[in-house]
Amino acid sequence: MRYNALQILKQGLTGHKGWKPAWRKAEPKPEYDIIIVGGGGHGLATAYYLAKQFEQKRIAVVEKGWIGGGNVGRNTTIIRSNYMLHENEGFYEFSLKLWENQEQDFNYNSMVSQRGIINLFHSDPQRDAYVRRGNAMALNGADPVLLDQDALRKKCPFLNFDNARFPIQGGLWQPRGGTVRHDAVAWGYARGADKRGVDIIENCEVTGFLIDQGVCSGVETTRGTIKAKKIGVAVAGSSSRVMAMAGMRLPMESHVLQAFVSEGLKPVIPGVITYGAGHFYVSQSDKGGLVFGGDIDGYNSYAQRGNLPVVEDVCEGGVSLMPMIGKARVLRMWGGIMDMSMDGSPIIDKTHVNGLYFNGGWCYGGFKATPASGYCFAQLIATDAPHETAKAMRMDRFSRGLMIDEKGQGAQPNLH
Amino acid sequence: MIIHHPLLGPRDSAEFIYLGDASLMERPDPKAENAQELFYKYLYLRDNPAGEHKELWYHEQGDRSWLILTRNTVTHEITHVELARRSK
Repeated sequence: MRYNALQILKQGLTGHKGWKPAWRKAEPKPEYDIIIVGGGGHGLATAYYLAKQFEQKRIAVVEKGWIGGGNVGRNTTIIRSNYMLHENEGFYEFSLKLWENQEQDFNYNSMVSQRGIINLFHSDPQRDAYVRRGNAMALNGADPVLLDQDALRKKCPFLNFDNARFPIQGGLWQPRGGTVRHDAVAWGYARGADKRGVDIIENCEVTGFLIDQGVCSGVETTRGTIKAKKIGVAVAGSSSRVMAMAGMRLPMESHVLQAFVSEGLKPVIPGVITYGAGHFYVSQSDKGGLVFGGDIDGYNSYAQRGNLPVVEDVCEGGVSLMPMIGKARVLRMWGGIMDMSMDGSPIIDKTHVNGLYFNGGWCYGGFKATPASGYCFAQLIATDAPHETAKAMRMDRFSRGLMIDEKGQGAQPNLH
Repeated sequence: MIIHHPLLGPRDSAEFIYLGDASLMERPDPKAENAQELFYKYLYLRDNPAGEHKELWYHEQGDRSWLILTRNTVTHEITHVELARRSK
């Protein structure tokens, strides 16, 4: 069923009895051409683009729980392409272009809202660094705008401009950045993939890979053995655990990142704002809640919940940046598990096992990458050649010294 | 998290800086024939287990000692703490 205004009118007049589930509850078949492990945003997007763009058949997505229950439902919904390194910026700009056309492409309302993102700067050197980053963005076709303090005051008069320690001098604005309804991204891709014949198999945990003489020919699952010619793994957060079953050690650690939402307020925050001198970023959801977060907790964790020192740090950052939110009450907080890679950048690549492909290491930037990650991974699986914008995201870059280290922190995952 | 420091007693984990897997204590032999391969694995690859994990914490806002914690990465429960210099 295609969703459109006419359909709403028709269903409205017939008591809303004609709506169908957006995807089937598929049972596993004994064999597929392609299996995607992981029914999150990236896995579902991969299956969608495999079926739609690369015209592959006989595809399954296997998910240990329910689809969209991991990081695609746990993030702060921000989309942007304001990276500096060429290897990243081209990819994220490609992703932003896919976001811009996403709703039309998969015929689902994912509420893509290009309300803009502003990264604040607090000193002359930081301004210069942002100018440089803006130029790098422009070279890849993105839309940086440097705001001075006057321009910023008009947009966000509530900021603590005259903070004695970190005065706000201006910001790097990307008007095309914004937010997306994150759950709808998973649902939209699931629906689009299902419509093209992809089997989405929930409650089906992978417990092993069938690997013989360097060739992967399927997966063992809690619902039986499933054979396939090609297997793509997109399970960020659990990458090390899953790939260990294929005998691989990965260049990453799993860390917990917390996020928060306040009670609903009247519209106050125009877009996404990030603090340049503390760990805090915020946007306001359409329901009015302030959605905010900060840094990872900093130690290995698979717990999906964090500890209080980071809560305090994030709230201190928020109140020092915009004192008015000190009166808002926090409604909920939660944690998600990040694949923190050794250079802060992701991997989309083949593995040394034939037929086994890997997508992971997204750190805390996975949500905005969802469409491009799915597209590039689908292209890699379908054609065995990397997408133009994902060529550098190789598995062997650490042994070859070709790291993509946006922050220049080195091999210390909790600092990226 | 409360870390029971062997010398100082219970301390808030916020006083510490986290480094990572305690296997970082075992530095490879730079004179080995395959030293490049060994250092690549040492520097970049991690077991990253879900469950019990031995890891290095530095008491930066305390006595500046390095500790080895045995901590569960699923529950955050700390079951053992020792001074890194005593672990050998």
